[in-house]
Amino acid sequence: MYADFDLVIPETLDEALEALAGAVGGGNGGTQPLAGGTNMIVDLRARRVAPSRLVGLGRLDGLRGIRIADGRVRMGARTTMSDILRHPDLAGHAPSLVDQARVFGGQMVRNAATVAGNICSGSPAADAVPALLALDAEVTLASPSGTRVVPLSEFFLGYKRDARAPGELMTEIAWDIPPAHSSNRFYKLALRKGDAITVVGVAVALAAEDGKCGTARIALGAVAPIVKRATAAEAMLCGQALTPELIDAAARQAVDDVDPIDDIRASAEYRRHCVHALTRRLVTQAWERLT
Amino acid sequence: MPTVSMTVNGQPAAGEVEGRTLLVEFLREHLRLTGTHVGCDTSQCGACVVHVNGKSVKSCTMLAAQADGAEVTTIEGLATNGELHPMQAAFKEHHGLQCGFCTPGMVMSAVDLLNTNANPSEREIREWLEGNICRCTGYNNIVKAIQAAAGQTGG
Repeated sequence: MYADFDLVIPETLDEALEALAGAVGGGNGGTQPLAGGTNMIVDLRARRVAPSRLVGLGRLDGLRGIRIADGRVRMGARTTMSDILRHPDLAGHAPSLVDQARVFGGQMVRNAATVAGNICSGSPAADAVPALLALDAEVTLASPSGTRVVPLSEFFLGYKRDARAPGELMTEIAWDIPPAHSSNRFYKLALRKGDAITVVGVAVALAAEDGKCGTARIALGAVAPIVKRATAAEAMLCGQALTPELIDAAARQAVDDVDPIDDIRASAEYRRHCVHALTRRLVTQAWERLT
Repeated sequence: MPTVSMTVNGQPAAGEVEGRTLLVEFLREHLRLTGTHVGCDTSQCGACVVHVNGKSVKSCTMLAAQADGAEVTTIEGLATNGELHPMQAAFKEHHGLQCGFCTPGMVMSAVDLLNTNANPSEREIREWLEGNICRCTGYNNIVKAIQAAAGQTGG
């Protein structure tokens, strides 16, 4: 049996922030937030983490839900993958995010797993992260002394290390609704469709301007210590009318932007092959929708 | 130790638990509702699926305290007045079980599926069951049972 811990379940965000403010060091001990628990409880039972106190967020209903207004999507940190699938308007402008939710674990995990929990797990295979990176999402971090907004592209500092100060809680994930002439796509390659850890995850978002690619985002999961953007590949696409040759060259560049490892799911060589093939496929699909 | 109280199969249930007590432990060891099974301990197999506020969750991956105040339904809560729930009857009729270990979780997931989508395709059924593993590999008859419970012929 794993070690017991103090469990506090606050009624308000302020109480939760106070409870977390005593957090020391973070990492695998100390005080940690508990949202859906689909990672945390598995890690507890495997003794990969041993917090002395968990702060359950289950009663903070204000942290759950999706609000779309004034050109911006604002998603509470406790929004679940099932919430994303049930939302009537999200599939229209963020199909990449909806598609990842569809293959996020099994349906019972989707009912519990939260967006912020997935981000803060720090896993390079976290499925919500590529789509959110490609949408230029920002995250709000709160503490008793106030809040700050951090671009998701600056949130991950290294393997399982992120920009949260000890005791800071992620409260919201937000991004601008993509412009009219834009398209975003996600694909998860895994040994099963959903309920398996991702071998390679790719999200692509393109916006067209005057028949050319205005902005390009390519975000790659499970091929580096963190989910990361293939910025050199993105730069090759920007300002260009995309041709099959250019898309293929950018997809090859994306392979140079990653640093995969061999593990039980796949070899590094296979992951590089898939980064090339999936990037080429998704950029092609996104571009075809714009032309 | 924290006190938890919830409604389980329509009845109030309360108990003192440790913070680390899992919902499945509360159900099996405090309430003696042993129909909910523990298979893998790693949130993969789905033998422990119950409904919390009407939605499937893996009760080995939720603390009892996280279900405080919730409406919980287990496999024991499906039958009414000694009559099997239509999904249980369909599993029986179509031999949707072999050793039976995965069956409580399969049935709970399947009930949630038809509550969500009354007329699922075979593909939708198979995708929905991705988080439920049957190590007898009896999936074909499980799918047939769910199709039958949905009123679909050809099962």
